Amino acid sequence: MSFAVVKAASYTLAHTPDFIPFGSTPTTAKARDDQEYFAALKNGLRSFDDVVNYPPNQCYVGNITPHQLGEVAQPWYQDAAAGERTGRYGDIMPQVEFYALLKASDAFDLVALTPEFIEVANPKLAAHPLLKRYTLDASKAMAATDMHAMLEAHKAEPLKMDGELVGIVKQAHDEDENLSAHIMLENLTVKATGVHAALCLEAQGVDLSEVEYIIECSEEACGDINQRGGGNFAKAIGEMIGCASATGSDLRGFCAAPAHSLIHAAALVKGGAFKSVLVVAGGAVAKLGMNSREHLAKDMPVLEDCLAGFAFLVTENDGVSPIVNTDIIGRLNVGAGSSPQAVTSALVSEPLNAVGRKITDIDRYSAEMQNPEITKPAGAGDVPEANFKMIAALAVKEGQLERKDLLSFVKNHGMPGFALTQGHIPSGVPYLGHGRDAIMNGEINSFMVIGKGSLFLGRMTNLFDGISTVVEKNPGVQEAAGFDKDEARRLVAQAMQDVAARLAE
Amino acid sequence: MLKDKKVVILGDRDGVPGPAIEECVKTAGADVVFSTTECFV
Repeated sequence: MSFAVVKAASYTLAHTPDFIPFGSTPTTAKARDDQEYFAALKNGLRSFDDVVNYPPNQCYVGNITPHQLGEVAQPWYQDAAAGERTGRYGDIMPQVEFYALLKASDAFDLVALTPEFIEVANPKLAAHPLLKRYTLDASKAMAATDMHAMLEAHKAEPLKMDGELVGIVKQAHDEDENLSAHIMLENLTVKATGVHAALCLEAQGVDLSEVEYIIECSEEACGDINQRGGGNFAKAIGEMIGCASATGSDLRGFCAAPAHSLIHAAALVKGGAFKSVLVVAGGAVAKLGMNSREHLAKDMPVLEDCLAGFAFLVTENDGVSPIVNTDIIGRLNVGAGSSPQAVTSALVSEPLNAVGRKITDIDRYSAEMQNPEITKPAGAGDVPEANFKMIAALAVKEGQLERKDLLSFVKNHGMPGFALTQGHIPSGVPYLGHGRDAIMNGEINSFMVIGKGSLFLGRMTNLFDGISTVVEKNPGVQEAAGFDKDEARRLVAQAMQDVAARLAE
Repeated sequence: MLKDKKVVILGDRDGVPGPAIEECVKTAGADVVFSTTECFV
């Protein structure tokens, strides 16, 4: 069977400053009544224009390449260059559109918006090339006074614009904590941001009605008291975006889930089960403002002020798009060691060695692509660079690279991190769009996608996870396996020899 | 240096994980009383 191809990839952001208090760090600060933190937080918020102009965000949605980002002087948040909200791969959505999409994603009347907000939001939806299919029903608006009553009874979470109440997300059950207002807010956010990302594929010419299978790979769980995490975000998103011919399911694996999903999608297509598989993920509310305490302490703006999403389409080989070479799959098996060398060997050198390739044969590596401007002030270092250095060191150890060339390998085969610290979002797949284009433009021939996941956070195992594969230039459509006279002659001759051999026994 | 010392290990998934540090310090005779690996992203 022919390898599957990466047909398109999209990347989206939703600027949600009023959602930051729902993040894990602000929630902890609220529990401690940390007024100082919230005062600083208010002063550290960015405008929508600042978010759009931020170079890593411009890179994420495809207006500049990772290489171009690397040439922008840091700190990036002080860069004054203007950007566009719409990029080659996606769109940066302001909060008003996000709330409107949240309501459009609501199948159980859990989101209520004020009439004033709906009056503002509907023209915004109508003006958006992809969101104009949705219109909010003004007859279902709720007055702010009624919302306050539900908030005081702790039966809802607030939706605010610049601190003013414009809506609520209601609990979906009186007693079931799995359907609490907060969980519904998180899950509807995954759905809405996933919808946004998938729709951006349509802007690239993808016909979503032709998708046959959907894999959703974020990190939230939907379900009730009897099946927490039962799913299925995939079909919920598919229903909203016109994937009428598709079925689907959710795939979970912490941050490694997108890389697993790429391989699952490629295998489903290569194996012939489905012709086209959409992989999609929405954003993580909990990660909003995750490192904000450290950013604010260093007089930086709150850089984790957006929800992110992505989607990519894996289809049958079109003879042109880059292939997912599933002959090369790096895997961190249950029995694998945990030393950095063992992990990098399992994910990088072992699968390459198995097909006779070297580490230096792969043009780019896309590992954990977290924006270092977010992680370094918090003490987590430059995560992508650390991964590239480890890969380079392994190449030196295996005699494929001179020690003196280690740093040039990091520069030439790596790239600056440009993705938000939204867990699964930065893990391996942010480069699918740029990498696909770089292959199509003839700049590179291949790149490796590496995903890692912290399974130990679930307290079921001390293991962590990793998986990798290679996306590379399409060698062109191979001749279909039709009637081949020479092959037929060879098979007949072989069969006759076999018969003769048996008769002779 | 670590012989017969009690050691608490905080490993990093994207750096050196806990079990790897644990194996190293054990060879130096340390008594590992707690070992964990955390995710800092």
